[in-house]
Amino acid sequence: MSAIRNWLGAHGVMLFGLLVLAYLCTPIVVVVLMSFNDPASRLGYDFDGFTLDNWTSICDPYQMCSSVGKSIQIGLMATGLATLLGSLMAFAMVRHHFRGRSTSNVLIFLPMASPEIVLGSSLLALFVNAGFAGQLGFWTIFIAHVMFCLSFVVITVKARLAGLDPRLEQAAADLYATEWQTFWRVTFPLVVPGIVAAALLSFSLSFDDFIITNLTSGQTVTFPMYVWGAAQRGVPMQVNVIGTIMFVLALSMVVGGSVLRRVREAPARG
Amino acid sequence: MVEQAGGLSGGGADLQIQGVTKRFGDFVAVDDLHLQVPEGAFFALLGASGCGKTTTLRMVAGLERPTAGRILLGGDDITDLKPYRRPVNTVFQSYALFPHLSVEDNVAFGLRRQGKVSKGELRTKVGEMLELVELQQYAARRPAQLSGGQQQRVALARALINRPRVLLLDEPLGALDLKLRRAMQLELKRIQTDVGITFIHVTHDQEEAMTMADTIAVMNAGVIEQMGAPEELYGHPRSTFVANFLGQSNLISGVVKSKQGDEFLTEVLGTTVRASKVTSRDLEGDVWVGVRPEKVILQRPGEGRQEELNRLSGGRVSDVSFVGVSTQYLVRMASGQELMAFEQNTGERRPFAVGDDVDLTWLAEHTFLLDARQDVRAGAELGDGE
Ligand SMILES: Nc1ncnc2c1ncn2[C@@H]1O[C@H](COP(=O)(O)OP(=O)(O)OP(=O)(O)O)[C@@H](O)[C@H]1O
Ligand SMILES: [Mg+2]
Repeated sequence: MSAIRNWLGAHGVMLFGLLVLAYLCTPIVVVVLMSFNDPASRLGYDFDGFTLDNWTSICDPYQMCSSVGKSIQIGLMATGLATLLGSLMAFAMVRHHFRGRSTSNVLIFLPMASPEIVLGSSLLALFVNAGFAGQLGFWTIFIAHVMFCLSFVVITVKARLAGLDPRLEQAAADLYATEWQTFWRVTFPLVVPGIVAAALLSFSLSFDDFIITNLTSGQTVTFPMYVWGAAQRGVPMQVNVIGTIMFVLALSMVVGGSVLRRVREAPARG
Repeated sequence: MVEQAGGLSGGGADLQIQGVTKRFGDFVAVDDLHLQVPEGAFFALLGASGCGKTTTLRMVAGLERPTAGRILLGGDDITDLKPYRRPVNTVFQSYALFPHLSVEDNVAFGLRRQGKVSKGELRTKVGEMLELVELQQYAARRPAQLSGGQQQRVALARALINRPRVLLLDEPLGALDLKLRRAMQLELKRIQTDVGITFIHVTHDQEEAMTMADTIAVMNAGVIEQMGAPEELYGHPRSTFVANFLGQSNLISGVVKSKQGDEFLTEVLGTTVRASKVTSRDLEGDVWVGVRPEKVILQRPGEGRQEELNRLSGGRVSDVSFVGVSTQYLVRMASGQELMAFEQNTGERRPFAVGDDVDLTWLAEHTFLLDARQDVRAGAELGDGE
């Protein structure tokens, strides 16, 4: 009895941690498994047999690959613009004291705090009133995505900047670096992890978004919308292939990033 | 090579601070400061926390703009020059090493920005500098992978490699433990003698200032109280703040009676005490008569009468504390005031015990006179702590 209690005392936290991890990972495991599924019927979600067919015929389902392409395109463009604008805003809000700074700080939070369905419907109303009624599509989705990614970028980069010791920049100036050199040699390299994190977050937010996209897309179909539509008839197994690829990409970015950091920080000698 | 700095009129003054004032809103951090630091001097700026030392350094480095006044370097006005245009480098209070660069790249930073040396030359110089601070084997590490003392040496190397006209050191040893601090003090002094650059060393550790510097300026509430060689400041303090902040002092109330040859005659507790004109300010009327505790020799009443010694009789030992090399006595006078006397434990004399009647004796040249209007306790709590 007491042996079990001792064992639990020593390993209880670990056991609990593993259970939570398993809980978190189960959906991903299911997605990976399903990507190798050979379903008996179109409407079935049972694992009926192993096959590589889904992987060799990814683009077979009508419109699927084009919707993935659209999502990636919008994701990359929205991320680019939102990261650029958001980083500049974060610099302004941390480094400069201007009228309305605290108001801007509050306003930045609003898109994060509002329900997406509200944002989406008001954007739709805005676009229609602005005369885009017949032209909803790629560009309106792009505008909407930049809008909601922006807040996340500003918050992420601001946190990184606020943690940056101003004495580092003063030390650079003391060591003969002009303002320009100080920015590129000291400030930027130290803030870059925050900017990268913001960009990754933006991309996944944009790639993933359904509600706002659905309301502002017109005839354009993004990947989440495709999956939603397909679900009415039975989701093709290739969707799981796309899911697995996205998961592997994200995982390798995270692992790659930390390996790179290890290598860079480890002393080469001594 | 190092020119001995002497007082305000020291020759070859290189850095001049002329009437510099710095206000933060209504608060005056530095008040009409005048300073001249001779070229090649090891200059210590000593003062209690918050007295404006860092602010003064930051103005010299160009990181803060003076509200009024001018700063000159070798005759050129640098008051409005950008920090990166000044031949001045700083070792920051918190080091401020670049966390994303290796030790080597941190040290090379200044030379790279100036772009005056070739790649090969840069490598050689960085190598030499790392050797000077004994960090060759750490060249590839990041600052986070170094100990506090090693980081401090990187900060020093990063500033020194540029051979600035003036090196500003803002309590660079503050974060180190006592043993490492003593070692680094000697190290810094050695490096300064080797390279012959003007060092301005800020500290609130009076012992550190006295061991390292040629010239000390004691700063209090935004103004310089006194400036001079360590022996001069210690031996001839000109204010009660300096007398108490730098070491400890007995300050006894007295009156100047007359001047005789090279001495003042004062009356203290009913007896005549002589003070050398060399060590004392020219004062009249009420004064504080000062003497350092280690200069006082305790005598049994009437014993060892020597005419040339000042003598205060009627004391009684009220406390004895043995501190190894010396014994510290507190002596209560008839007036109720307690005076300190530190006696070397040479073993020659029998120690005194609590309750013994004693006379305090000391030489006229160890007596200093201070203005009676100054606060007798000024600087005492601050100086004793270190
Ligand atoms: N940016 C600032 N804004 C307002 N007050 C300031 C600022 N910088 C310094 N002060 C004030 O000026 C005074 C002097 O500060 P300073 O940093 O020069 O002190 P210091 O002598 O270096 O003290 P320490 O020994 O603690 O480092 C302090 O009272 C401080 O509060
Ligand atoms: Mg300071």
